[in-house]
Amino acid sequence: MDPAGPGMSVWQDAVTYLNDPFNWTRTNGILELLGQHLRISATAVLVAMVVAVPVGVLLGHTGRGGGFTVALSNVSRAVPTLALLTVFAVTPIGFGPTATTIALTVFAIPPILTNTYVGFRGVDRDVVEASRAMGLSERQVVLQAELPLAAPLLMTGVRTAAVQVVATATLAALVAGGGLGRIINLGFGQQDYGVVLAGAILVAALAVLTELVLSALSWALTPGQKRLPFLQARAGGPVAEVASPL
Amino acid sequence: MLSAAGGVVLAVDEAPNPWIDPSYVTSNWEPILRYLGEHVRLTVAAVVIGALIAFPLALLARRSRYLAGPVLGLSTLIYTIPSLAMFAFVAPVTGLSAATVLIGLVLYSLVILVRNFLAGLQSVPDDVREAARGMGYGPVRMLWQVELPLALPSVMAGLRIATVSTVALVTVGVIVGHGGLGQLITGGFNANFYRAEIVTGALGCVLLALLADLLLAGVEKALTPWTRRARA
Repeated sequence: MDPAGPGMSVWQDAVTYLNDPFNWTRTNGILELLGQHLRISATAVLVAMVVAVPVGVLLGHTGRGGGFTVALSNVSRAVPTLALLTVFAVTPIGFGPTATTIALTVFAIPPILTNTYVGFRGVDRDVVEASRAMGLSERQVVLQAELPLAAPLLMTGVRTAAVQVVATATLAALVAGGGLGRIINLGFGQQDYGVVLAGAILVAALAVLTELVLSALSWALTPGQKRLPFLQARAGGPVAEVASPL
Repeated sequence: MLSAAGGVVLAVDEAPNPWIDPSYVTSNWEPILRYLGEHVRLTVAAVVIGALIAFPLALLARRSRYLAGPVLGLSTLIYTIPSLAMFAFVAPVTGLSAATVLIGLVLYSLVILVRNFLAGLQSVPDDVREAARGMGYGPVRMLWQVELPLALPSVMAGLRIATVSTVALVTVGVIVGHGGLGQLITGGFNANFYRAEIVTGALGCVLLALLADLLLAGVEKALTPWTRRARA
């Protein structure tokens, strides 16, 4: 952005807006919108995990449905998030947090499903055979042999989905939903680019922060990654590219 | 929430509001075509400009590891920024114009394309490069006649992903009034939840994305005749 001219004063306006404590604490202020944003996002990701992880584990473990998961993630890329947010808002559910959460859940499912599937599918068949030969039950094979090996990709899926959901939740503001996108929408409505920019800074910061926190979390939670170098080699291998900008 | 709760029947529930209504499409053909045109123009422009910028960037990034790190890091950062925020960052400079949407879209497509171009160039086997050099190929001829054809599958995959996600992203341009078919989606929402208009916009976007993907798949097939011969 140009450092001199009108651009500068807009940045000053944005900083002023963000520096005003009243803008944070008032009703429908930044803190309340942030709370809404995080609540909706967390619910959507958790529900999507409950739905997608078991299905992904089942498909990956049995090796069926690979074409289905790939097709699902490709088609989901073509559906505009705004369309889904709007469609759920005009069903009898009505616009509001519930419609937003459902739409976001639908969008969080493909990355989690695909990565879980690829993770479980990618487990070395010899490992599975060996653990069966050691007398592990089918459930133990899944939980004790395959899960630790598939964990890095599973976490990647959850991280991708979460970052996507936090980003998409912004669009709820376009269909009278809540969340931080409201500040941007309001700013445009009032032709106040300082407010628009302040909203953009908040939304971008939240998205980047989500990415960083979840990266750290998945690094910490992934079992054995630091001890077993072959896992890192696997994680760096070809991974289904399912993220799309929102 | 708008519903007939509490015995109050709202006008919006009384009037018929079908999801699919062909008469909406026929009687609003002109604005639909206009929005479709804008949608296509924005998508094509964003992907073409993105490719023109991504190509030299990928070549640079391949040259040295020191450049590859920052290029890929920066592109990850851009990728993380939500589209609404991206348009909001650009809007103070370019205002409520199609340029605001275009700049945002170019940045996203650029990110996808740089990664795929780079992956494609890096996938060229060293042996092949060595052999071409031995046959007297200079760097420019090697790029055009050896490396690019071999990188083509990755390049085309990038173009397809970039095109499909750009078609979906154009809709967010409604924030500055230039969202292509997205205008129908929010327009229908604001016009008392007019479902036919919303569905027309949404289905239009999906069909456009699938059509563009098929088209690019055809181009890829035409450009790589040797893959067909190998399979036959």
